[in-house]
Amino acid sequence: MNSPRQLESFSSPQKPGASTLAVHAGEDRHKLGDSITDPIVCAATYTFADTQAVIDFIEKKQPREEYGRYGNPGEKVVERKLAALEGGELALLYSSGMAAIVGLLMAKLNAGDEVVFFDECYHRSREFCAKHLSRFGVVTRQVKTCDYEAMDAAVTPRTKLLISESPTNPHLSIIDLEKFAAIGKRRGVETLIDATLATPFNVRPLEYGVDYVLHSATKYLAGHNDLLAGVIVGAAEKLEPVKKLRGILGAINSPHNIFLLERGLKTFELRMQRQNANGQAIAEFLVAHPRVERVYYPGLPSHPYHEVARRTMRGFGGLITFLVKDATWQQTARIVDAVQIPRIGPSLGGVESLIEQPLVMSYYECTPEDRQRFGIYDNMIRLSCGIENIEDLISDLKQALEQ
Amino acid sequence: MNHTDRGFRTRSIHVGSPRDPRTGAVVPPIYLASTYVQPGAGEWGEFDYARSGNPTRKNLENVIASLEGGYGGLALASGMAATHTVTMLLSHGDHIVAGSDIYGGTYRLLHKICDRAGLTVTLVDTTDPARLAAAMQPRTRLLWLESPGNPRLSITDLAACAEIAHRAGALVAVDNTFATPVATRPLELGADIVMHSSTKYLGGHSDVLGGALVANSKELYERLYFIQNATGAVQAPWDSYLITRGIKTLSVRVREQSLTAMRLAEYLRGHPRVQQVLYPGLPDHPGHRLAARQMNGVFGAMLTLEIKGDYARAKTIAESTKLFQLAVSLGAVESLIEQPASMSHASYDPQARTAHGITDGLIRLSVGLEDFEDLRDDLRQAIEQD
Repeated sequence: MNSPRQLESFSSPQKPGASTLAVHAGEDRHKLGDSITDPIVCAATYTFADTQAVIDFIEKKQPREEYGRYGNPGEKVVERKLAALEGGELALLYSSGMAAIVGLLMAKLNAGDEVVFFDECYHRSREFCAKHLSRFGVVTRQVKTCDYEAMDAAVTPRTKLLISESPTNPHLSIIDLEKFAAIGKRRGVETLIDATLATPFNVRPLEYGVDYVLHSATKYLAGHNDLLAGVIVGAAEKLEPVKKLRGILGAINSPHNIFLLERGLKTFELRMQRQNANGQAIAEFLVAHPRVERVYYPGLPSHPYHEVARRTMRGFGGLITFLVKDATWQQTARIVDAVQIPRIGPSLGGVESLIEQPLVMSYYECTPEDRQRFGIYDNMIRLSCGIENIEDLISDLKQALEQ
Repeated sequence: MNHTDRGFRTRSIHVGSPRDPRTGAVVPPIYLASTYVQPGAGEWGEFDYARSGNPTRKNLENVIASLEGGYGGLALASGMAATHTVTMLLSHGDHIVAGSDIYGGTYRLLHKICDRAGLTVTLVDTTDPARLAAAMQPRTRLLWLESPGNPRLSITDLAACAEIAHRAGALVAVDNTFATPVATRPLELGADIVMHSSTKYLGGHSDVLGGALVANSKELYERLYFIQNATGAVQAPWDSYLITRGIKTLSVRVREQSLTAMRLAEYLRGHPRVQQVLYPGLPDHPGHRLAARQMNGVFGAMLTLEIKGDYARAKTIAESTKLFQLAVSLGAVESLIEQPASMSHASYDPQARTAHGITDGLIRLSVGLEDFEDLRDDLRQAIEQD
């Protein structure tokens, strides 16, 4: 086998573009068996030639595989590719987005420590901190999304992490990453952005001084609704203890999934271009439709965070939330049931469009008062645009809204 | 849901991926079973034995048939298995006319395998319909076309050729691997059968081998299905799934790759060390006007250039790119480079190579999804080094 050589070593006069990175970054130029694609290594364990080889591995810290929980060749390729796309030093892959954030929190927080969330952050992430980490003495504070003064005021000497999603889900609020990162820097607290809805095609939070970027790679990164994965990207030094803990806790991804993720990433830029375009066009269609009361989409000038979105984002993604005018939840459900192309289901970011009513899909068991507090309205619909033809999606929505 | 009136990209995502009725899975499961339990002795369900049919393969066959606008599709183990299936429609003594700018493997099949079954072959420059008409014989039963051709990217008028063949009573099969249904749908132009090496653009990620056939009628589909089932070169379930998955981004990939190919063709044409650029998107390409009409505004992502210099010079260039990888095959997200004379068309006899314009200085590029600037810089350093 030839010696490994990766894209980074090319003497290109400028930095490779996003699509070049998506196709090549992180991969060895010459792979096992001269294959153009990476093999799927299913090994649970890795063998040593003799006892001395084991001792050398332990004493000299040779970079090689040992046991499947500590690492896998395919995992390393995808991690390098994701780090390159995000402009970070190190990426750590997990079995799901939740496993990724839990992996980071478990490594960073001790009893008595505090985390501060913007309150539109993914509810399962907040729930993990508020309901489960609280059992280990971690304190969770939540402040209103985009209220930077409130976040600053919530920081105490025990605060270890500031967390937000951007854009948020389903309200699509956009965080001013400069301000957010500045609070962390000034107060000596690390910052994390869940950029699942943005993707590194639209925004790269590390460039704004955020310490960690989190993705549910299940969504846009993998892009085909056929695998679960999570990833955290950041500085190598800061992530080393997180990586060690992953090896102990074992929420790793599987070799077959990793292969599908690597394959999905090859068309990452193309899919994002299409989903950005579809998102914008559908948001504009909806905002002009008489049956629509309100559209939450950062690409619309009417969106409260349009200015900050325009300043920081290349595109605004494929997720749109909208309210149906004067509709009960049942009337809203009829629209969801009438669409023919998007399928009803949770999740987002894949090539297939998905549609759901947040009240039914995620907040059905909440009290009406809680839903009101969370901004989950009876007449709210969330649409994740896939890459289907825009004419088809619009005519489908039109017939569903107008029947 | 009826998808027939939907757009190309919508169908590419939804036709081969029906919602799983049992679990609601948005992506259908991969069925690995070799056999299927039947409702009763002598009563047959939709699937019985995996060679005869498999749900995962069926999904792939349905989406390809939809994109090509045909009656039904068949997925086979490789492009050559698909081509061979078509030639098995013929009988001893039948005659085949094929284009002269075709894949080397097809040339080999026709000249070194089919000849043993008593089939005779004439290759003709199909860019000239008059020459095609002159090549037809009383026993001509099959016309085999490729457009764009390989490796010279010649453009054949599929509708005109189909008419000539049909008048002579021959079937028309088109290898649509290079054009893909994004650019050209041969059945709409009169062809009877479309063939694909789905290894290329349909799969699109260099990680699966496959072939496909789409027939324009029930009768022809059933004859081809009979051969597929009887000879057994079927597509495996995993590979069927990967190709179906690849097809979901077919249109966006092919359009983007074609745009990059166009820009590379324009760059290379102005390069002092390049003798000639063969790309149907260039106005001076002999097939440009026809391609503009027949290819739906997309000129494909294959590009052949002839460098100033000999066999050794072309070989050196092909070996010194850093982003373009030296390999046969094409159509994937990774850009590839190769020298037809020593690689993709090495299975031609040397005299036949010369006769069909596969000169030593030719270099064939399969333009992938990388950024244009990166690919241009890579070609520049390879061409300009001494």
